[in-house]
Amino acid sequence: MNSLILSAATRILVGLMLLFSVYMLIRGHNEPGGGFIGGLLATIGIVLYAISHGVAAAREALRLDPLSIAMGGLGMALFAGIMAVFFNDAFFSGQWAFPFAEGDDKGFPISTVLLFDIGVYLVVVGAVLSIVLGLEEEV
Amino acid sequence: MGNPDHRDNAGDAKSVTTKVQPSIGVGWVSALVPFALAILFVTFLPAIASGERLRFAYEWVPSLGINLTFLIDGLSLTFALLITGIGAVVALYSSVTLAGHLHYWRFVFYLLFFMFSMLGLVLADNLITLFVFWELTSVSSYLLIGFNHSSAKARRSALQALLVTGGGGLALLAGFILMGSAAGTFELSEIIASGDAIRDHALYVPIFFLVLAGAFTKSAQVPFHFWLPNAMAAPTPVSAYLHSATMVKAGIYLLARMHPALSGTDLWLWTLTVFGAATAVFASILALRQTDLKLALAYTTLMALGTLTMFLGSGATIAIAAAVTFLIVHSFYKAALFLIVGIIDYGTGTRETAQLGGLARAMPVTAVAAAAAALSMAGFPPFLGFIGKELKYEGALAVASEPLFVASAAVLANALMVAVAGIVALKPFYGHRLETPKLPQEAPFLMWIGPIGLAVLGLVFGLMPGLISGSLVQPAVTAIAGQPETVKLALWHGLNLPLLLSVLTFALGIAFYLGHGKLRSFLVRVEERLPASADELWDRFLDALKGGAAWQTRVLQGGILRRYLFIVFATLAVGGGVTLYVTGAARWPSVWPDFTIKHLLVIGLIAGGAVMTVFSISRLAAICALGVVGMGVALIFVIFGAPDVAITQLLVETLVVILVSVVMLRLPQLERDPMKGGRILDAALALAVGAVVTVILISVLDTPLDRSITAYFEDKSLPEAFGRNIVNVILVDFRALDTFGEIAVVAVAALGAFVLLKGTGKAKKP
Repeated sequence: MNSLILSAATRILVGLMLLFSVYMLIRGHNEPGGGFIGGLLATIGIVLYAISHGVAAAREALRLDPLSIAMGGLGMALFAGIMAVFFNDAFFSGQWAFPFAEGDDKGFPISTVLLFDIGVYLVVVGAVLSIVLGLEEEV
Repeated sequence: MGNPDHRDNAGDAKSVTTKVQPSIGVGWVSALVPFALAILFVTFLPAIASGERLRFAYEWVPSLGINLTFLIDGLSLTFALLITGIGAVVALYSSVTLAGHLHYWRFVFYLLFFMFSMLGLVLADNLITLFVFWELTSVSSYLLIGFNHSSAKARRSALQALLVTGGGGLALLAGFILMGSAAGTFELSEIIASGDAIRDHALYVPIFFLVLAGAFTKSAQVPFHFWLPNAMAAPTPVSAYLHSATMVKAGIYLLARMHPALSGTDLWLWTLTVFGAATAVFASILALRQTDLKLALAYTTLMALGTLTMFLGSGATIAIAAAVTFLIVHSFYKAALFLIVGIIDYGTGTRETAQLGGLARAMPVTAVAAAAAALSMAGFPPFLGFIGKELKYEGALAVASEPLFVASAAVLANALMVAVAGIVALKPFYGHRLETPKLPQEAPFLMWIGPIGLAVLGLVFGLMPGLISGSLVQPAVTAIAGQPETVKLALWHGLNLPLLLSVLTFALGIAFYLGHGKLRSFLVRVEERLPASADELWDRFLDALKGGAAWQTRVLQGGILRRYLFIVFATLAVGGGVTLYVTGAARWPSVWPDFTIKHLLVIGLIAGGAVMTVFSISRLAAICALGVVGMGVALIFVIFGAPDVAITQLLVETLVVILVSVVMLRLPQLERDPMKGGRILDAALALAVGAVVTVILISVLDTPLDRSITAYFEDKSLPEAFGRNIVNVILVDFRALDTFGEIAVVAVAALGAFVLLKGTGKAKKP
């Protein structure tokens, strides 16, 4: 689509949407958000870019093939599930660590659950983009 | 697989790239594993002989009663020794015949894979564990039969064997599950110890037939016999190992193992006796008809399997002892004879009886081994085969119901066996020297040592039956009978009826041998008259199956999206409506909620969007209106406090609008003629679905909600999963496995869409 307004606005919007999608992803454990929502947001951002700048440009900006992103995310989620086994826990039970925790303050919590959610995020981005971009090229 | 040996003879670099040459020294390694295991199992002999049973248990899925439990008793040890011992012989042998084969290492892997599956099968003490190994033997057998995968015949035979045994395997699984629920446990030793629990259970008949379907397909009983001769497409050592000495006996093993729990009824007695006898006689007649030595042996294997089934039908100790002894005898001589046929093939280039004769001078060692194995097969004294045959006759006469029937079947089958032994082991080696494709020469040491060893064992055990009677046969009979039994094997039983029957057998057998040329042409003529062989019927069955599948695909998968949607929604409307009507579940709420202006606005938005979607003339407008409906639904989620769902709905709706508009804008203008019949039908269906879903939702909301699960998540979310957003905590922690399944579906859907899009061939500009 050749629209100066759209392409100019998109440049700013895409960055903001991607940033927002990561924000939604990370805050998801305590506030509305999470991997699905974050992934959908990021997808819409990139689809917007594809509409204004063309699918080829969007693919180039992605650098990775969408399907590879999806499969990578699936692998990451699986890995997060398997991690629990190394800690002698049931498959897919969340593992947590709280570095810098002092008293009531939880410090900087990291977990396999976040890794899992990032996997979900990547699967959604990769899968939906591979369908949408493929369709746009098709028609 | 790289082989470091090649680096040394770098002079012949070209052949290295095309052909991997495993040296014979490396081939030994493949025999080492089974050999070491055989030694290991031999160390169990004293304990087993003294009546012990060794049990090893590892937890697998304890909550379902599925455990990796293994039991070593007389029966499983007998099988384990045969599997590992013959496995070692076969591995040695194939290190020569398959030396230089491009896929030699693949072959070794398959062979060891099979061996471990088979060992697991006979040692398992849990029904489900046994079943898993049972299926693994089918899979490895498939790989081994189809080892020469460039041959269409080998591929067909492999698939046929897999389908027949796999189909039986499914029946077996059902039988095992019924048996497990009837006995209250999946542990075999407990089921066997439970006495009449299964026999008196209401489900005994289905259990019996399901288990039998598994055993009969695996052990190739009539009418499932046809896959076994076809399986001879496998390399000869494989035929010797799987389709003669071990795998096909898995069905026999199963019958023997289940004997204490299932036998003793008239049903068991008659089914096993009749099918076993039919298989034995039918197969030994067909064995005479074959001109290919390997095929003749394959049919005699069928005969052996039939005989074993027939004897397991009986509960008499002597019949069971006959079965166990014959099992051992048969494994020895049949594996040896298969390997000998392989040597003949290897040395002369043919297996056709008509082309073979007078080879004894060129292949003296093989001739000796063949003679020894064949004498054991024919049941001549002092070979173990003689003891086996005498026991068979004694056992046959001890069968309570129909001694005459069983004994005459045994005599006929055995007489034919004598004739086949002569055809396989005498005719190729003695008489006139005939022209063969290759100049006959003696096989290398590693090939003949196995058959000689097996044949010598047959002789040694024949002369000194005490070596196996106390340590193997008696514990095995005890395990099959389910109670302590005493068995004594002896070469000389005195002048009695079995000995008379033996003499009769030899006389008949020699007559069959002398007249086998005429008999064969007679059988060929009979065969030509028959409408179809079982093998052809199998093909017809498969064709019919494929035809049926194609037909129902044509009917159900018309490829018209509109029809799919119609069927799906019609099913929903009719199914839901009928269920509501029949169960009387439809309710009308006693109290209506208070609608505020907020609610009414959202309802108006959704309804307006729906109406607009249906009546708009432009596609773009219809899509946007559909988007409005979705946004309205998202608003409902917002109003009732589900922000996560609302956001997801909103985003999905946005994406759907983009996606659909990308596709649909390329389509022609909508044709909307309200008078068209199809559209009226669509409208009726849409209204029906809407009505049914509405009634269902109202009825569901009128029933009190069970909040226990919600309360649990509210309680545990923060303290155990460190998250305040319950929806997300459920998704990524409590129900992470479900989520993983869902994202796997998403990824696979993307893969499918990718293939569909690329498949049109105009997707991407280069």
